[in-house]
Amino acid sequence: MNALPGAVAINTFREAVRDRVLYNLIFFALLMIGASILVGQISIGIDRMVIVNLGLSAISLIGLVMAIFIGVSLVSKEIEKRTLYSLLARPIHRWQFLAGKYAGLLLTLVVNTAFMTVGLAGALFYVGRPFVRGDLTILIAIYFILLELALVTAISLFFSCYSSPMLSTLFTVGVFITGVFAQDIRQAGDLSKSAAVEFITRVIYYLVPNFHNFNVIAAAAHGEAVPFGLVWQNTLYTAIYVVLVLLGATAIFSGRDLK
Amino acid sequence: MAAAIIEIEGLTKDYPSGFWRKRWKRSLDQLTLQVKDGEIFGFLGPNGAGKTTTLKLLMGLIFPTSGTARIRGRSIEDVAMHGEIGYLPEHPYFYDYLTARELLDYYARFSDYGAAERNARVETFLKRVGLASAGNVQLRKFSKGMLQRVGIAQAILHDPKVVFLDEPMSGLDPVGRREVRDIILELKQQGKTVFFSTHILSDAEMLCDRVGVLVGGKLQGVGSPREMVDVEVQSMEIIFELPKDRPLPSRLSDQAKEAGGRYRIAVSEAEVYAAIEQLRGCDARILSMAPVRPTLEDYFIRLVGRERAATHEQEEVLR
Repeated sequence: MNALPGAVAINTFREAVRDRVLYNLIFFALLMIGASILVGQISIGIDRMVIVNLGLSAISLIGLVMAIFIGVSLVSKEIEKRTLYSLLARPIHRWQFLAGKYAGLLLTLVVNTAFMTVGLAGALFYVGRPFVRGDLTILIAIYFILLELALVTAISLFFSCYSSPMLSTLFTVGVFITGVFAQDIRQAGDLSKSAAVEFITRVIYYLVPNFHNFNVIAAAAHGEAVPFGLVWQNTLYTAIYVVLVLLGATAIFSGRDLK
Repeated sequence: MAAAIIEIEGLTKDYPSGFWRKRWKRSLDQLTLQVKDGEIFGFLGPNGAGKTTTLKLLMGLIFPTSGTARIRGRSIEDVAMHGEIGYLPEHPYFYDYLTARELLDYYARFSDYGAAERNARVETFLKRVGLASAGNVQLRKFSKGMLQRVGIAQAILHDPKVVFLDEPMSGLDPVGRREVRDIILELKQQGKTVFFSTHILSDAEMLCDRVGVLVGGKLQGVGSPREMVDVEVQSMEIIFELPKDRPLPSRLSDQAKEAGGRYRIAVSEAEVYAAIEQLRGCDARILSMAPVRPTLEDYFIRLVGRERAATHEQEEVLR
């Protein structure tokens, strides 16, 4: 039974790998990392900080672009192109198909992030900085970027189950931006004197994923340590959130007519 | 008598239409049908009759408004049952970044085959549909006919007991159509049940043990193709050639149509012998003589007319 989502995942990965857009994105990310070397050279004494900052931002940005733009068409493209018809006529549950699509895109993002991480390590090596213990935070920052991508992929897949790619993109970007500012939104609600506003901002705060906790790029750039508890907290939070979103996606998709 | 392998009972499908004020449009109306084990069953009907809707319901791609269906005694909701069926969708489209070999390998992974058996099956079925030399070509470079063939291969490579084909001859050239017909007949020889939809009567006549005719979402009749069209012989068509400089007999000149030096006339069954006598009188060479049956279009237009008349009568009674 578990082989079925695996087959779908490998096929999804293969689709992404054979898409030229992916290579353009990776090239763009590596270009940004390369450019950070130049910027670092004119920033006397803080070259490492600039390279880490720009490099991690590039990895995060390119990952997000991929998670959203590939994610929103994961299901809708299969319906629109009718490739799903012959597949679902096979002994595969709809949840298995969704799990496979999700895992396939996540695998693509992991491989892509690994490539860009190698690029970033190459840039740091090029400027001749020795790797120090504080660089572990860079790996934690990359791990958090992956967790963030896992969340965004689940959300875009969820919208892809019932909406067009364009609307799904708008919804996903909306949720992401709201999630980035979730804490600010809650604080704004707390400061307001209206109980209704406070209630609404709290609901938003608990409903959207809180991306604020995933951003440790600044800490990594400055070589500051990240509390180990945050690693566990973010991992658990992502796992629970992703499972809930995928369950929601399954509930919607399982009852959908494929016209 | 063979047991029923597909049992459809009162299957109905309504689709919502309209954006603000939702209305329901009935696409399939109380379809009740049984298909026997080992037979080739043709599901006929004009475009929009509900054929594809029926197949999608049986495949679990859409859900019925009411009614039930069972295949080999198992509900269509039973996902495990799908291991025993194969399906070719209408106008199949597959992952165009894959090669034919990769696509078949992908579909084979949904059956419990080991790697060696999977590879062997992929090769066997590539050969069977005439794509052995194109196995490593990406599907985006395939013609419509080649896609149809790879679609048939994916539908049968796991040795299903029942095969559903939605318009399998659509878009194929004569050679391709013949190959598909041969595959369908081969499947029957292997004891499989084939359920295929078409709007081309000649396909059904050539292949089917029985056909069901669907018009406007309603089943109009079920029977052998002969039962359904033989009684409909309207006239006899005679094709002939005349020796050089011999004029056409005046009695036939009104109805004869000439193309490429050959003449074609259509006469009623009662007039056949008289027409032959006249042709013999002018030394005509008769090339063929065949009964003219109504086209599928004629057949369906009459059925649709009947259906509309019945609906109109019902409305009058209600008033």
